[in-house]
Amino acid sequence: MATVPLRVVDATKRFQVGGHDQTVFEQVSLEIERERIFALLGPSGCGKSTLLRAIASLEPLSEGRVELGAEDGAHPSVGIAFQQPLLLPWLTVQENVRLGLRYAANRGAGDHESVARILAAFGIAPLADSYPDELSGGEAQRVALARTVVTQPQVVLLDEPFGPLDPLTRASLQDWLVGIQQSLRLTVVIVTHDVDEAVYLGDRVALMSAGPGRIRHVWETARGPSRTRSSAESSALREEILRAYMGVNAGAAAARAAGGLALAAQGAPRFARSALDPAPTQEGTR
Amino acid sequence: MRRPDEAATRVLSARRIAAVGYPVAGLAVFLALWWGATRLLVEPGSFLSQFAPVPAFESLAAMLQKGALNRHIYASVERITVGLLIASAVGIPLGLALGGLRWFALAATPITGFVRMISPLSWTPLAIILFGVGDPPVYFLIAIGSVWPIALSTAAGVQALDRAWIMLARSLRASRVETVRTVIWPGVRPDVLTGLRIGTTTAWIILVPAEMLGVDSGLGFFILDARDRFDYPGMVAAIILIGAIGLVIDRLTSWLLTPRRRARTSRVAEPQPVPAPLPADYRI
Repeated sequence: MATVPLRVVDATKRFQVGGHDQTVFEQVSLEIERERIFALLGPSGCGKSTLLRAIASLEPLSEGRVELGAEDGAHPSVGIAFQQPLLLPWLTVQENVRLGLRYAANRGAGDHESVARILAAFGIAPLADSYPDELSGGEAQRVALARTVVTQPQVVLLDEPFGPLDPLTRASLQDWLVGIQQSLRLTVVIVTHDVDEAVYLGDRVALMSAGPGRIRHVWETARGPSRTRSSAESSALREEILRAYMGVNAGAAAARAAGGLALAAQGAPRFARSALDPAPTQEGTR
Repeated sequence: MRRPDEAATRVLSARRIAAVGYPVAGLAVFLALWWGATRLLVEPGSFLSQFAPVPAFESLAAMLQKGALNRHIYASVERITVGLLIASAVGIPLGLALGGLRWFALAATPITGFVRMISPLSWTPLAIILFGVGDPPVYFLIAIGSVWPIALSTAAGVQALDRAWIMLARSLRASRVETVRTVIWPGVRPDVLTGLRIGTTTAWIILVPAEMLGVDSGLGFFILDARDRFDYPGMVAAIILIGAIGLVIDRLTSWLLTPRRRARTSRVAEPQPVPAPLPADYRI
């Protein structure tokens, strides 16, 4: 389907730990809509980062598949930005942004001019010749995002990109991301453990539970392009998501207390399921 | 950018004076002690007075003027160059393997640790048996001494490499070769260069004793030759020259191997504001 640039079907990931299979996440199915922000919310250890890396084919799936829908001849591709900016310290900002364009796989995706344009659009043009150690955390993260976006991926995956930043920078970068996403018409999947961030940014919010990771519920935030940090509707939704999230979190904590992930694979989801969710493994919409 | 005011200039020049003044003062004190030890503490005309600074520098100036040392300097520099090339050719791949391949590091560590602790000069008899007399055993001794700093520094660089950078390159769809070229090699290069610099110093230190064995040129040979000719000022002159060339080599390698950031417009360390959202029709 042309409007679904990315679909995850029945994705399961298992690791071998000490001769035992450990399931990180199982039966995860997602549909990402074009030019929207999809927020994947979950407690730490629910496998959301692993899922994101699997979507970016940095990590093989044990079962299931990731489908990328190509649009008008463009090669299907995903770009990913990590929690740490991972800027190469020996390159300037400009050279860091250009890094992906030096690779044969991205030939034709951009040139010097598109690098200059994206530097301007991301507000980092004055820093073009600076080195990563001269940047603030927020600046470095914007450079990292520019490096991901400049290769023109169909879907941009963000793995807690604002995690290590202070709240003010975080808030202003969230606003900035919304602006960039709308003007560049990006399709974005953002992973976060912050309910407010998920509700504020996400056009859709999926809640993932831990041990093993499963999609518990998907909410449509059903709003236009404009976002406010506090409205009656969003705060009601926020309440609802927060309640579900706390349930999932308690499940994850109980699982950890009960002796680690191996036990969690049996115990915790059942507890969380009975407490909370009417349709445990199926994707639901509000 | 603001023009530097007068006070800043004054501070700068004071710093510059200190940067030149202290080394010059240190050198002067050293020369004075040397002069004192060979002139004031010994009887005039005695054996030790031949090691005094003044005749040594006179001899050095005379030899440099006549070009009497050119042949020896050339021979020594050539040997250190060849020896270092061999050491790099062996040491850099060895270091990459030690740092990158766990099984290789585990297997090789007992051997490398053992061989590394043997003074390079202990290999001299073996080197002469293996390579005969002349330049080859000298190359061998230099190489076996300087290969370790190069290999170990390279290995440390590989180990310190941020594995996430490799994932980053993959996420930008770099091929293996592209990953090595754009991420791994630039990431390891500073450590390789550090190893080369230490290796160069080691090589220069090994060179002189190595040249005292079975060669008829080079600064090490010249020291023994001067001794045999009872030309003690000439001998001291050669020692001074060895130190001076070593210093120049160290400074030169350090200057050549230090990555320089290109000059650029000044960056004021204030955070850049987050820009306003773009117009709706903006495309990259």
